[in-house]
Amino acid sequence: MLPDINPGLILLVGGLLVPLVRGALRHVWLLGLPALALAVLIDLPHGVSGQVTIMGQTLETLRVDSLSFVFSLIFLIAALLMAVYALHLRDTMQHVAGMVYAGAAVAACLAGDLLTLFIYWELTAVASVFLIWARRTERAYRVGMRYLLIQVASGLLLLAGAAVQAHETGSLSFDHIGLDAPGGWLIFLAFGIKCAFPLLHNWLQDAYPEATVTGTVVLSAFTTKLAVYALARGYAGTEHLIWIGALMTAFPIFYAVIENDLRRVLAYSLNNQLGFMVVGIGIGTELALNGTAAHAFCHILYKALLFMSMGAVLLRVGTVNGSELGGLYKSMPWTTLFCVIGAASISAFPLFSGFVSKSMIISAAAKQAELWWVVAVLLFASAGVFHHSGIKIPYFAFFAHDSGKRCREAPMNMLIAMAIAAALCIGIGVYPAPLYALLPFAVDYAPYTLTHVMTQLQLLMFSALAFTVMMRTGIYPPELRSINLDSDWLYRRAAPALTASVAAFFLQLQAFARRGVNQAWRQLDAQVLSQARPGGRLVTSWRSGTLVWWATTVLGLIVLGGLLR
Amino acid sequence: MNASGPRSTTDEAPGFFDHPGRIKAIVYGVYITSALLFFADLAYHKHAYTPFEGWFGFHAWFGFIACVALVLAAKAMRRMVMRREDYYEPAEPETELDDAA
Repeated sequence: MLPDINPGLILLVGGLLVPLVRGALRHVWLLGLPALALAVLIDLPHGVSGQVTIMGQTLETLRVDSLSFVFSLIFLIAALLMAVYALHLRDTMQHVAGMVYAGAAVAACLAGDLLTLFIYWELTAVASVFLIWARRTERAYRVGMRYLLIQVASGLLLLAGAAVQAHETGSLSFDHIGLDAPGGWLIFLAFGIKCAFPLLHNWLQDAYPEATVTGTVVLSAFTTKLAVYALARGYAGTEHLIWIGALMTAFPIFYAVIENDLRRVLAYSLNNQLGFMVVGIGIGTELALNGTAAHAFCHILYKALLFMSMGAVLLRVGTVNGSELGGLYKSMPWTTLFCVIGAASISAFPLFSGFVSKSMIISAAAKQAELWWVVAVLLFASAGVFHHSGIKIPYFAFFAHDSGKRCREAPMNMLIAMAIAAALCIGIGVYPAPLYALLPFAVDYAPYTLTHVMTQLQLLMFSALAFTVMMRTGIYPPELRSINLDSDWLYRRAAPALTASVAAFFLQLQAFARRGVNQAWRQLDAQVLSQARPGGRLVTSWRSGTLVWWATTVLGLIVLGGLLR
Repeated sequence: MNASGPRSTTDEAPGFFDHPGRIKAIVYGVYITSALLFFADLAYHKHAYTPFEGWFGFHAWFGFIACVALVLAAKAMRRMVMRREDYYEPAEPETELDDAA
């Protein structure tokens, strides 16, 4: 019988102890921690426990229900996969950061109140930034600072919202919140930042591709899906989320098409996938919420798999720029195969995991007649996903025109991690029943209907046809060494430039004012002086008659003033 | 494209996709599969929730037009948003990241 403790804490405490363990024992430790946490989670009884009372508030540090269970479960599976993927690393910092980060994400999922959520929410930010800093370059340092600032800001908004809620209602409990609740908008914004809502999104594409080979894989799993979980719990059925999510599925794919850094392409496509989940939360029906949870589950696996394959390329070749790659299938056949499986899964090919989860969300939208436009946007986004993630990523990295680069296949531990992830992607796609059994509501949904399989194949095949035609005719834009401006331009260029110009304006104003006052004073001084010289007004000898006239006038005015009072 | 990269393609066996015939076969495979899928709509009754999903070959031409529009729009967007790699900061030399490499 396993102890009823918070599985997140196992990773958290165990992760901090990693530096003490060395050699082969460290491998056992790194694999054992997530495995143990997984076993503990599965063994935990559903319900609330771990109550702590602080300053009159009872905190529920451990709440297991169907929603928190499915998210914690996939987080721990991801943590285990990542432990395998990073096993070859000798960098202790990354092992500690990854483990603590995963632990904090699991503990945040299992938090029953907003204060506990806040603590782990911030811990995910602080722990994860080390996965970026672990690159140990100036550039990574600056990216990490930008990332950390935005993440911590999200936490502060959450804390402010929680404080408002506690003040108004006397409760910190984390259940359905809604926008009308006290502090509702603050918490919504906090979740929205981590979920990469449009215009709040760019920290993701800025930071994730700058992390280490293994760091990006770890980052891709937790932060954003924690936000999806938090939104699903707090804001299910909030209509704004439908158009926010629809926008999220659509706009990042334009960037994904023209982006050169293939890990950044994946970051844009991550944003697009989050959009599907957010739409599901916005619709808020049982089918839609099941779809969101299922899609988060599948997405973590195939997205990690895609990032793993690109990580392997980065490790072996030293770059993931589409403009430098091509023909790597000759050197890295296994990585190529696993990448193609990940690509098929994210594109929702029948028999792959995306097919059985994404369609739940689209079906939930299609069942509401007034949401026809959402269905159209999601279908557009589905075609676009296949285009940039399904075709572009494997095509430019492994096929296309031979770059001449030759390298070794990825290390064995990486291949094993990719193989497990790929097996899960296919397993869920072929036999979705176990996944459906984990979902928050009873599932009444059959993914493999003739209509669904045929229409999905049409959508995908004609996307492929479009790619083929555009490639053969040279319409398809080539991969170019370049970057693209996104909303980070606002805070990386516009805001500093604006601050600088405002500061320059005031400095100039100050100099101008100082010069003006100096000049005015000098002029006055000169004038007074000139009048005080011989012949000046101040030193003329006044005639007595004039003097008397002035004295009488002034006296008269004083008397008049006194009379009028 | 990349003249400085290591080139050792001369003495190795050609890869699977180095045969132009195979590429051609794949391309024609895509054309034929697409045509078959398009006309498959004749062969069964579609269960559509939204009216437009029931239109003949809807998912096929919608997918095609969506992708072409996506690429053309993205291409046009490049004129507005594309910058040199050192736009924000000087590019750093690409280095091997992991200590085990």
